[in-house]
Amino acid sequence: MLTANRLVDGDVVYWRAGGWVEAFDQGDVFATDADAEVALQAARKSVAGNVVVNPYLFEVRAEADGIQPVKEREIIRAAGPTVRRDLGKQAHDVSI
Amino acid sequence: MYRYDEFDAAFVRQRVEQFRFQVERRLSGELTEDQFKPLRLMNGLYLQLHAYMLRVAVPYGTLSARQLRMLAHIARKYDKGYGHFTTRQNIQFNWPKLKDVPDILAELATVEMHAIQTSGNCIRNVTADHFAGAAEDEVEDPRPVAEIVRQWSSLHPEFSFLPRKFKIAVSGAAHDRAALKFHDMAVEIVKNEAGETGYRVLVGGGMGRTPYIGYTVGDFVAKPDLLSFLEAVLRVYNEEGRRDNIYKARIKILAHTLGEAEMRRRVAREFAEIKAAGTQQLPAEELARIAAYFAPPPFAALSDEMPVSADKDFFDWTKTNIHKHRAPGYAIATISLKPIGGVPGDARHEQLDALADLLDRYGMAEIRVSHEQNLVLPHVRKKDLPAIFARLKELGLATPNAGLITDIIACPGLDYCDLANARSIPVAQQISERFADLSLQHDIGELKIKISGCINACGHHHAGHIGILGVDKKGVEFYQLQLGGSGAEDASIGEIMGPGFGEHEIVDAVERVVETYLKLRRGSERFLDTYRRVGMEPFRNMAYREQLHAAH
Repeated sequence: MLTANRLVDGDVVYWRAGGWVEAFDQGDVFATDADAEVALQAARKSVAGNVVVNPYLFEVRAEADGIQPVKEREIIRAAGPTVRRDLGKQAHDVSI
Repeated sequence: MYRYDEFDAAFVRQRVEQFRFQVERRLSGELTEDQFKPLRLMNGLYLQLHAYMLRVAVPYGTLSARQLRMLAHIARKYDKGYGHFTTRQNIQFNWPKLKDVPDILAELATVEMHAIQTSGNCIRNVTADHFAGAAEDEVEDPRPVAEIVRQWSSLHPEFSFLPRKFKIAVSGAAHDRAALKFHDMAVEIVKNEAGETGYRVLVGGGMGRTPYIGYTVGDFVAKPDLLSFLEAVLRVYNEEGRRDNIYKARIKILAHTLGEAEMRRRVAREFAEIKAAGTQQLPAEELARIAAYFAPPPFAALSDEMPVSADKDFFDWTKTNIHKHRAPGYAIATISLKPIGGVPGDARHEQLDALADLLDRYGMAEIRVSHEQNLVLPHVRKKDLPAIFARLKELGLATPNAGLITDIIACPGLDYCDLANARSIPVAQQISERFADLSLQHDIGELKIKISGCINACGHHHAGHIGILGVDKKGVEFYQLQLGGSGAEDASIGEIMGPGFGEHEIVDAVERVVETYLKLRRGSERFLDTYRRVGMEPFRNMAYREQLHAAH
């Protein structure tokens, strides 16, 4: 998947169909490296357009309850601090 | 407290407006992120895992009630209701929006606060002993020196683009509460044999991936020579510090590559040159003028007896959280920001406001932030202690654990930080819960646990009696144990025990290490003393025992 931070407020966003969404589970999952690379190139335009900063790709895997990031870092980034469940996306019912 | 003069006020105001314009230009696209990033970092604004993070300077850890209220206001209005006190006596807000940051800085400026030099390759916020001006063992209050260094280093044209960041600490006491030997440079106020007061200057300490203990480069610097001498050290670093490799760019690498004798020679040469020019002298009047801002409150002649209280909780609290004050009838009180199972260093806006009210009600002018992520009331009348304790208890700020095993330093770790490899806070929380029993904590005695979520060591793990370092193994969190570190005057770097422990093993491993200490200790030995006597082996054997059983 492809993620970045929104410039104006720093919020974590995910790439979907040429734009950005806040919820992890609404983001596009790329089946191949080539697809991911195409999206990353497109996302760089969004950097030039001052919408987001620091776009990058990260790995996900299919689990019983849906797509999950492979790395702990991305799990936390998608949800919010594990020590404050009342903060971050997890607090606003933005499902991960 | 120090009050801004017209130059300080104008400088901070100017910086706010400058940054406001920079943010506007960034949002309109006139500045690219690459152009903007160094500008926001110069104003303490980072981009972290979930959001931006604003690090606000608390020079030498001193805050007034008015400033506390402003921090509460900012937490409420622009953030998510809380702030996080750091190991550099600063406060961080974890959720500010870029578009709001100029307004936040403008509001901070109204109470003489800012976020300048809390990031970047410059001289960072100067830290000081959090008992400054109150400690019994103090030669002089270190904060006038810290303030003078702040003024000298703010926007210093020669030192705005150092090879890497540069951290300075100042202490005026025999007992080192400011981790002097782990700083790029440190100033210790000392008396010489003739009874004169001057400065011992240390250099080359540091944590991070290559920890070093600093050494003395100036044995006794005369007071008027302070800035010339510090400038001499900085010049050697600025000229010869490595800029080719970020991991070798701190002064500790230069200091330990050159060695003590050569470093001393080079600093002495620069110092002689600066002295010959005759500039950079610190006039006694100027030192006195700055020192006057830090004059202690007038101490009343009070009875030195501790007030009688039937409250056992109060008694427990006084055992660890009250420290000897230089004036009879007064005490220093540590307000623990380490509730059992809580987030080390976090404070809610209601707590900050209530503490400001507490300062006002008991006629206290200031509160301190300690590098151990606690707050300190430096000048409390002993007779007020029971009432103050009762109020702190209502606020959830009366945990009686200062200096004990649950008084844990932890960096924000992977819960917030973009650089982290592993979480720190949950490990601190679990250890705190495991050792929650107060009589057990008292039995264990002084034990400093320090946790960092990556090699950068913001959680000071190298200086922990027990240090914990979070590492990433293929996206999974692991934790290395280090034993025997100390950030005090007996400074030492913790020794790595061996392979790391999993997220679900680390707390058990810590418990086995502590149990080993309880079995091996002699008399009144602290954990650190026992470790230094018996070495790593017995601790290692016990810590890995369960893992070995599991492996077979």
